[in-house]
Amino acid sequence: MSDSIYRPYLMEIEQIVEETPDVRTFRLKFRNSEEGEQFTFKAGQFGEYSVLGEGESTFCVASSPTRKGYIECTFRKAGRVTNALANLEIGDTVGFRGPYGNTFPIEQWEGKNLLYIAGGIALPPMRCVIWNSLDLREKFKDITIVYGARSVSDLVYKHELKEWGERADVKLITTVDPGGQTPDWKGEIGFVPMILEKAAPSSVNTVAILCGPPVMIKFTMPVLKKLGFQDKDIFTTLENRMKCGFGKCGRCNVGKVFVCKDGPVFSYEQLLSLPGEY
Amino acid sequence: MNNLISKAKELLEGKAVHVVIGYEAGPTGVARPAFITDPSGADMLIYDDRCVQNLAVYLTKPEVKSLGRMAIVANLPVMRSIMMLISEQQLFAESIVVLGISDKGDLLDIADIQVMQAYIEKSDLSNPARDREPLTALNKLSPGERFSYWQKELSRCIKCYACRQACPMCYCTRCTVEVNQPQWIPVQSNTLGNMEWHILRAMHLAGRCISCGECGRSCPVGIPCHLLTMHLVDQVHDYFNIYAGTSDKMSSVLSTFEPNDKESFII
Amino acid sequence: MEATRKLIRRQSLEKLYNALSETRKIYAPVMAEDKQITYCYNPSFAEVTFDHIRSTMSPKNVLFPKVENLFYYTNEKTESVISVLDLNKIPEVVLWGAHPCDAAAIDVLRSIFCWEIKDEFFAKRLEKLVVIGLSCHQSDEYCFCTSTGLAPDSKNGSDILLSRLQGGDYQAEILTEKGQSIVDSLPDLFEPVTGEQVVITEVKQKFDHRKVTEKLATSFEHPFWVSNSLRCIGCGACAYLCPTCACFDIQDETAGRKGRRYRSWDSCGFGLFTLHTSGHNPRSVQSQRWRQRIMHKFSYMPERNESLGCVGCGRCSSGCPVDMNIAEQLAALQNI
Repeated sequence: MSDSIYRPYLMEIEQIVEETPDVRTFRLKFRNSEEGEQFTFKAGQFGEYSVLGEGESTFCVASSPTRKGYIECTFRKAGRVTNALANLEIGDTVGFRGPYGNTFPIEQWEGKNLLYIAGGIALPPMRCVIWNSLDLREKFKDITIVYGARSVSDLVYKHELKEWGERADVKLITTVDPGGQTPDWKGEIGFVPMILEKAAPSSVNTVAILCGPPVMIKFTMPVLKKLGFQDKDIFTTLENRMKCGFGKCGRCNVGKVFVCKDGPVFSYEQLLSLPGEY
Repeated sequence: MNNLISKAKELLEGKAVHVVIGYEAGPTGVARPAFITDPSGADMLIYDDRCVQNLAVYLTKPEVKSLGRMAIVANLPVMRSIMMLISEQQLFAESIVVLGISDKGDLLDIADIQVMQAYIEKSDLSNPARDREPLTALNKLSPGERFSYWQKELSRCIKCYACRQACPMCYCTRCTVEVNQPQWIPVQSNTLGNMEWHILRAMHLAGRCISCGECGRSCPVGIPCHLLTMHLVDQVHDYFNIYAGTSDKMSSVLSTFEPNDKESFII
Repeated sequence: MEATRKLIRRQSLEKLYNALSETRKIYAPVMAEDKQITYCYNPSFAEVTFDHIRSTMSPKNVLFPKVENLFYYTNEKTESVISVLDLNKIPEVVLWGAHPCDAAAIDVLRSIFCWEIKDEFFAKRLEKLVVIGLSCHQSDEYCFCTSTGLAPDSKNGSDILLSRLQGGDYQAEILTEKGQSIVDSLPDLFEPVTGEQVVITEVKQKFDHRKVTEKLATSFEHPFWVSNSLRCIGCGACAYLCPTCACFDIQDETAGRKGRRYRSWDSCGFGLFTLHTSGHNPRSVQSQRWRQRIMHKFSYMPERNESLGCVGCGRCSSGCPVDMNIAEQLAALQNI
């Protein structure tokens, strides 16, 4: 554990995957192997990733805690820090502070069906819990993943989507927005809420985990309610502007909850009790 | 005073405007901006020496604009600010009603922009008397002494940006210093960075400042930063023989070339 | 520990001040040329003022400085090296002459910085701090400590609380172990109390903070947030002057290969505070930011940290260029 709560772990970039022209995934390992061995986290938590000299940026830890020795993060080039990160090469240093935040209550989901729904760049926060549940496959019943993006080139984790699609114990439905397909696209075509309604997964003994841009969530929620899902069985992650990551800088609160401490994972029931300030 | 109140009531009752921006007295006796949307609220309007805030700062705020058509109580600095905003395409002259107020507190009949321009042109547009003395005193100092003075004052600056927020001409939705690619000046407060901030602001206001003095008055730690912008008012007048806010068709003095501009520094 | 009361004569006060300044830095209020009251380090006793109502800037700088370096870094070719600061270099400091509102603010700051995870910078500065409080024999129309559950002679946050006696000497209430150890080291300066009366001003209560907290719980969507905040220009002065505001920014600053990461004061009143890189801003309008300020101090903090986020010092209202008088607004709020 760091001696100072503000000091980042120094990580080395082991692998870079260019998911889309402006999205990268980094595999990071701890430069200090002792720190790496002691490091633990749970699915759903996030960290503050930094380039020393440019600043910090908040991303989830996009790998599963069941896989030791490294952590992964996925980000889109959007501002100063993410552009600086995207210019780094294998072997360069990335600062990492974490893990912060609460976790997906995966233990409570044992014995249930899992329905993962994600859109676009919102797959990374879910990938940690998807991998986590797949690595502990026998603890869960049916696992369904519905993932959509604007176009084929916007789909992230393409090689993982292939892996998940090939597994017999996972039902994977991928879709692109109308007009986003390529001639050899074999998946669905349509917006995620429509495709979900078409797939009509059962809500009995099922937990839904939903992550996506606000507009997708707005239209997917009614579909889930129609399918019979209860508010307490739908989970999502929120994001908000953050700096410290542990509830002191006063920035990320939505009403009285701090997204960095009481989130980023919220059940829909909890979300409904929050003011519309996110 | 009664003329102002009855005029405000008339405008609101007739729905000629949806909000009258003026001044009211707070419980501690200071005057503060008021936004009257109901004719009965117009009784709260006041105008006296306590009314110093430059109300034109609200004309570019989306929350105020969303209330509807605006009438604004305008003393000379506010009128000049309105002229500047119109000349910089931030405001349409037809979208507001100007309730002009003379420095004695009498309601003026400002029917349209030409009337306002005529009133401005016959007024004294130089820096206010109370600020001319400190400006003269500062100009008498040697450059080294003056630098030390500002270094000492600006070391106290806490970068709260009250000076910027109080200024009607600082209407940029994203200020230069709030950009981080690149980060032009330090985010934190330190003497050098503070000096960079105030010099930057004074330069961005050169040819645009109308000497209301609100920047200095708003400063919570009492730095007279209005002296920097007002000094440039004098300099612009010396070089280009203009004062800001005198016409709705003014072009920016530092980015426009006139054939008869002084070229003594080149030739 | 049980508080004890002692008498300290005016001349002994000077001796106390000078004795403390031999081994510690003293942060005390002085009157500047332009009549402003500012806290500065190590003024002479003659320069220290005992007659101020409020200083311009609050003394929170002594625990939560406007800039605090978090660590230094050097970027080598691919590797970076971080050097953490040696917090033992933080000196012992005496905060002298803090009024009860400012002393109580220390508890509020602690409820933020030491909540769950301890901020080591704040914790170390607090450990090295001794607070000699000064109760108030005068107040003005901006004071509202009695509305936030405090009083002009509250003991919260002080190690020794001085109160002026009618004759001009002072009563010293020894409130904590830190305070007691100072008395033990300079016993001759502290005499037994006489029956002389302390001079404490009266601050009329303007509102009941419990009623306000209760009302706020159901007022999130109330239209008064908009009407009350139209004149707010979003300047940040209130947050920077406030002794309990602790929101901060974290930035990196580099020169060549070397640099430092620091934290500096920030304000929830700034438009940029919650702006996402995507351009989305959950609080895009000033009324939402004004609501955040009030709700955070009077609703969220009492609920989460069990600590009201305001001590009623009045700096926000007296420093506001457009008179966003917080006491006035809350007094109206509790009656809606």
